[in-house]
Amino acid sequence: MARFDNLAQTVGDTPLVGLPRLSPSPEVRLWAKLEDRNPTGSVKDRAARFIVEEAVKDGRLTEGATILEPTSGNTGIALAMIARQRGYRLICVMPENTSEERKLLLTAYGAEVRFSPAVGGSNAAVAAARELAAENPDWVMLDQYSNAANARAHFETTGPELWRDLPDITHFVAGLGTTGTLMGTGRYLRGRNPDIEIVAAEPRYGELVYGLRNIDEGFVPELYDESVLTRRFSVGSVDALARTRELLHTEGLFVGLSTGAGVHAALALASEAVRKNRRADIAFLVADAGWKYLSTGAYTADAEQTADALDNQLWA
Amino acid sequence: MSIQVRIPTILRQHTQGQKLVEGAGATLDDLFADLDSRHSGLRERVVTAEGGLHRFVNVYVNDEDVRFTGGLKTELSDGDSVTILPAVAGG
Repeated sequence: MARFDNLAQTVGDTPLVGLPRLSPSPEVRLWAKLEDRNPTGSVKDRAARFIVEEAVKDGRLTEGATILEPTSGNTGIALAMIARQRGYRLICVMPENTSEERKLLLTAYGAEVRFSPAVGGSNAAVAAARELAAENPDWVMLDQYSNAANARAHFETTGPELWRDLPDITHFVAGLGTTGTLMGTGRYLRGRNPDIEIVAAEPRYGELVYGLRNIDEGFVPELYDESVLTRRFSVGSVDALARTRELLHTEGLFVGLSTGAGVHAALALASEAVRKNRRADIAFLVADAGWKYLSTGAYTADAEQTADALDNQLWA
Repeated sequence: MSIQVRIPTILRQHTQGQKLVEGAGATLDDLFADLDSRHSGLRERVVTAEGGLHRFVNVYVNDEDVRFTGGLKTELSDGDSVTILPAVAGG
């Protein structure tokens, strides 16, 4: 049944796609979970739906309210759709060094965008948003970094879908940002089979993004529970870019840059499995497709130049 | 034995502004002790008094977060690369 009462209902139940050309062998298989097949094109549609529904249920969000959120793009876009559907005002605080498409899309949906400085990346956006929230107590900051409904979305939807479609799953790989995807999906899968490895692919940015004034300006999302992860890899723009292109050229799969980082980690796990002569079914998350990153040259321009340019961007 | 260590901007005051320094050690703990002997004060920015990693500091050996590879007891080999980064938000 492919009929839904409205757009919001199309969240989730995304395809899990085998990658026969990229997978090293029939015993070590890679699978892509296509989260771009969500109403606004990213995995954040899941979190946004749960976060908003819970806030409405517990009375934090009332008719005509103003939602405030620090976001590097996808969460803002997901919230923007919901805001339009339900009549909320939305203000997004976003670092200025994010791709043009993200800003355009948010504005097109009618969200107000306020920029935080490039230095300090998302830390600065979070801090700026928290300040704004304190100054405007009637605005509602749903705070994806600390809101348990974010992780719960994945515990209740992403995890069960993977388990249903790939019961022999040995590894789940996803990008690490708010940590919601890995926490929720990880908890669910390890609850089913404690041997499943939950692996984080953390984007590594250029120096600008780590330009904190002091170490106490560091930030760890409140959602993060280290015990849910098995391993955590740091992936830079060069590798993320190379894998994004590799996926496109080998399998015809057009993904965003954070997914490239995930693929890099997934391929490392696959190589290890081959070396150790073990079977593996490695599922990685495609957080979004490549549309929002085209202007960066990631898919067509010279790789080295692009990686350099991406370095000072919040490319993931 | 030689290990390349990448230093984040915020800690370069301890390395005379250098973003890449060299060190040696059988484990990460040994490496930090070795680095500290030449770059005084660096170790205590990364390792707490209790002997653990500072909450807002992440350390990676060959791009893998050491909190999952044995922490400060992570074993090192010649040619390994170590990266130190402050914890930042993603998403």
